[in-house]
Amino acid sequence: MRCNCYIPSGCAISGMMSESGERMDGNAIIRSIALMHDRSNGLGGGFAAYGIYPRRADQYAFHMMFDNMEAKEKCEEYFNGTFDVVLDEKIPTRPGAVFEEDTSGRYPEYGTQPIINPPILWRYFIDVPEDKTKFISEREYVVENVMDINSNVDGAFVASSGKNMGAFKGVGYPEDIGVFYKLDEYKAYIWTSHGRFPTNTPGWWGGAHPFCLLDWSIVHNGEISSYGINKRYLEPFGYKLELRTDTEVVAYLFDLLVRRHKLPIELAVKALAAPFWKDIDKMPENERKIITAIRQVYGGGLLNGPFSIILGHSRGMVGFNDRIKLRPMTCARKDDMLYMASEESAIREIAPDLDEVWSPRAGTAIVGEMNGEVEA
Amino acid sequence: MVMTIDCKGMYYRKLNKMTQNAVAEGETEFVLDNVNGQRYIGNGINEKVKITINGVPGNDLATFMNGPTLIVNANAQDSIANTMNSGKIVVHGSAGDVLGYGMRGGKLYIKGNVGYRTGIHMKEYKKQIPVIIAGGVAGDFCGEYMAGGILVILGLNKDDDTPIAGDYFGTGMHGGVIYVRGDIDESTLGKEVSIQELDKKDDKTLKKHLTEYCEHFGLDLDEVMSKPFVKLLPVSSRPYGNLYAY
Repeated sequence: MRCNCYIPSGCAISGMMSESGERMDGNAIIRSIALMHDRSNGLGGGFAAYGIYPRRADQYAFHMMFDNMEAKEKCEEYFNGTFDVVLDEKIPTRPGAVFEEDTSGRYPEYGTQPIINPPILWRYFIDVPEDKTKFISEREYVVENVMDINSNVDGAFVASSGKNMGAFKGVGYPEDIGVFYKLDEYKAYIWTSHGRFPTNTPGWWGGAHPFCLLDWSIVHNGEISSYGINKRYLEPFGYKLELRTDTEVVAYLFDLLVRRHKLPIELAVKALAAPFWKDIDKMPENERKIITAIRQVYGGGLLNGPFSIILGHSRGMVGFNDRIKLRPMTCARKDDMLYMASEESAIREIAPDLDEVWSPRAGTAIVGEMNGEVEA
Repeated sequence: MVMTIDCKGMYYRKLNKMTQNAVAEGETEFVLDNVNGQRYIGNGINEKVKITINGVPGNDLATFMNGPTLIVNANAQDSIANTMNSGKIVVHGSAGDVLGYGMRGGKLYIKGNVGYRTGIHMKEYKKQIPVIIAGGVAGDFCGEYMAGGILVILGLNKDDDTPIAGDYFGTGMHGGVIYVRGDIDESTLGKEVSIQELDKKDDKTLKKHLTEYCEHFGLDLDEVMSKPFVKLLPVSSRPYGNLYAY
């Protein structure tokens, strides 16, 4: 896969959610992230979308990236003994795509960077055979196999593996990536997006955000300085960190803490962006005991370094910052819509009149939750 | 003459070039409509022009600004007035993080709340004294490493549970003064500052600046002044003088 290293800094994130479950096409999220064009440098862009496959909502949708046909064949061989593939097809794309709308965040006069040289992009709708889940849960089985493919099937990477959702990502500016993947043709009740400005790690298709596992998706602005500690903590639980970038740990930490250990999401956020001990000392006794226990048990999951993160999952969207707010995040509401972005203007671009706009406090989760059923 | 520019969909380089060229040709007043996210507005202009901004301006508003008056009729984003030298910014909304970083002159008036790291590394030289006034509350690290200037946090319309400023208030401060309307939780203060009563000179300074502030936002000065203020002063001009001197 194409692997580039240019200049360092920045990143942009934006997310939008209809809490009533109404599905919207991808044009708005593309415009929102396009406004923050200058926060990225063309080495990565991506989107996560929830609710896009209503007719195949019961199957795991695997969005795959293959370096070549050989990798695709090897992976399909792997699938053969592992899953029931109900349908597989090319992920529709517009090669050479460029976002052409005018926004105040970008100006074509300064050059465009069409999306070229993608890997082979293929999606598989998958059932888990019943005999595979005698001793292990279905989702655990899927996770194990995602890890196995990423580390053992040469040239094959799982971009996303959840139900009724998918990741669309690659090397390029995010708005161009959005046009490349024809996101205008999908409808989702949650969209998150990311424009990348890689700092320490290469810009390659598999390393673009979002990072996904099952229905978890993570977009992240910043840097996880504790990557090494988090990686060592996750590996004994069976997670394999193969994507050459720090953000990957966040997706797996939510899978571990929320899916496997069944922590409420707010408490999981308190483990990852934990309050300082001096503030814990001031808490009422019951809360102090809980947070102390969380910090003691999940010390290896504590995220250090600057970050603002949007987590997506099938029932909601969660935004949070590092403990001293070293990266920006603005949230807003309008009717049943919840928005989160690196800049307020990125929200105003798609929703000029808002009911409420605010910047969350450091280390505090802003939680969007579905209050209805997904529109079919 | 007032020059009105419709900024919808306009990239910041084009917008700023237009205003800078017009100033060079003698234009003194601008109205920028449909602004959304354009960066660096007010930069690179050394004249006392007036720029009214309708919409949310992008990051780095008024960086190194030297002279203009900016009126923002919306919220503003991060990094306003970085190393600003002179002029005035009036924001009729709230503003984001890192306001007035290393600011060395001029005025920054915010009607609403300010984010994290307001006024860090602010400085002054003789009569050149920068002033930041925030009508609402401030986030953490307010006035961190402040070396000069005047920072005022008013906490207007805040409820009783909301602290007027966040944690690490005035940490590492070694010059200038912070005026706070109402009480401060001492546990949020940096070790390098102490709370003190205002003297007559303070009252005069504060009243002068607040009079101008209240005029901009249509506030009642007496009401703003009706609640007692305290001030934060550095306890040492060189708090870290001995840090590495072992």
